[in-house]
Amino acid sequence: MPSPTACRFSETHEWHHLDGDVVTLGITQYAADELTDVTYVEMKPLGSNIVPGDSVGEVESVKTTSEVYSAVGGEIVDVNRALSDDPSMVNSDPFSAGWLVKIRTSDPSPLDGLMDHAAYEQRFSVKK
Amino acid sequence: MSCTTNPSALIRSPFHQFHIEHGAKMVEFAGWEMPMLYGSIIQEHRQVRRSGGIFDVSHMGRLRFTGPDALRFLDLVCTRRIDGMADGQCRYSILCNERGGCRDDTLVYRLGADEYLMVCNAANRLKLLDHFQQTRGDLSFDLSDETMDTAMLAIQGPKVIELIGAFAPAVRSLKRYRFLRMAVLGVQITISRTGYSGEDGVEVILPAPLASGAISLLVSNVDSDDAVVKPAGLGARDTLRTESAMPLYGHEITEEIDPLSAGLNFAVTLEKGDDRSEVGHFIGQEALNMIAGKGPPQRLVGLILNGKRTARQGMAVLRGDIPIGRVTSACLSPTLGRPIAMAYLNAKFAEPGGSVQIELARTTEAAEVVKLPFYKAR
Repeated sequence: MPSPTACRFSETHEWHHLDGDVVTLGITQYAADELTDVTYVEMKPLGSNIVPGDSVGEVESVKTTSEVYSAVGGEIVDVNRALSDDPSMVNSDPFSAGWLVKIRTSDPSPLDGLMDHAAYEQRFSVKK
Repeated sequence: MSCTTNPSALIRSPFHQFHIEHGAKMVEFAGWEMPMLYGSIIQEHRQVRRSGGIFDVSHMGRLRFTGPDALRFLDLVCTRRIDGMADGQCRYSILCNERGGCRDDTLVYRLGADEYLMVCNAANRLKLLDHFQQTRGDLSFDLSDETMDTAMLAIQGPKVIELIGAFAPAVRSLKRYRFLRMAVLGVQITISRTGYSGEDGVEVILPAPLASGAISLLVSNVDSDDAVVKPAGLGARDTLRTESAMPLYGHEITEEIDPLSAGLNFAVTLEKGDDRSEVGHFIGQEALNMIAGKGPPQRLVGLILNGKRTARQGMAVLRGDIPIGRVTSACLSPTLGRPIAMAYLNAKFAEPGGSVQIELARTTEAAEVVKLPFYKAR
């Protein structure tokens, strides 16, 4: 699973990791902390076709329900089924065990417009 | 994902430093900067059900009424009879508007025949102060807002009485909805056997300047894994009160919703003033008697959803395709492991056992109407 520094980050707090023609997508630690305890994850079904900017599903927490967006278009080729048994992995390990969905894309170019890890951290550093 | 940032210029509780030291995520709540959680809402919830949790509730309003007409005034603004309370007793009441809608809910403490303390919701404190100034007429009493001069903690859970009893033995024999005032190391504190979690426990009011020192007298070792009492935030406070079906202003009770629809009949003395000349009628009494006569058109019910999805406030409840009500509060119940909701339904459909649907963002989910509360301490 990707290290955060190998990911591209959206304004809406998703990380995207490109490997070949497949983008793995999840939400950042900052986003998971904002949501509070995640209780349920529902991604669109396998085989769904999406365009850049589409919602790929919803993440529910104790406090709120939130859409998750993909910067790239393509076909959903995998979803993280382990989250149906333990959605709290989105909180505890959002960059690894808490990944959400994989998208096969023929055009990864929208990732170039996203933030790299340093830019995202600077923008959304956790204030203590 | 969309996230909001916290504005500055919020009121900080006297326990602010404690929250920061314990890793709280601070959020804006009714103009205050308060802890939402310290790690996990669900774990804090379970800690309270299993052992104990400590909540900073300093944002709650604390108003003192002193003088010969304090009692008469409270019986004017409170739906429940205040006359007849004993010294050292607390009583839950609603404050209504003329239409019978809820201005707020409150706990009234009788300190003496001419002295009372009212604890109200943070969001309603200034509204109530304004209301009281407009309705007091020439009644003779002093009203002082002690919110900023004092701090307040709720310590809740099955093991709390034993813990607090170790340094304040009188708490062990304190009855529910009673309070005592005592000096602990020179600090004057008020301890009531009350709370908002559905568990046994206490609420403690103490002078603000001494708050951060006093919290270590009340609880220690909160960071160890087997601590009897650990910090808990507003997130757990909300899921605990939802399981226990305790109303929250802005959700189950509002200016547009009367306490009878909310099932709070116990907190309304519909015959107030009818039999005793020294107690007058309360504001909203006529409207509530009308509603009681006809029967409220809507009722607060519990819903348990099929599946794992959580409903949210404002979502429509359907029977077939017909809207019959609206969700007021909801969460995934940590105790039941199932999504629960409170909702107002057309009274015709409010009987437990009924099947309804809840309209979620993209789909509908089936739910069963159940009796409230969802959870009761043994």
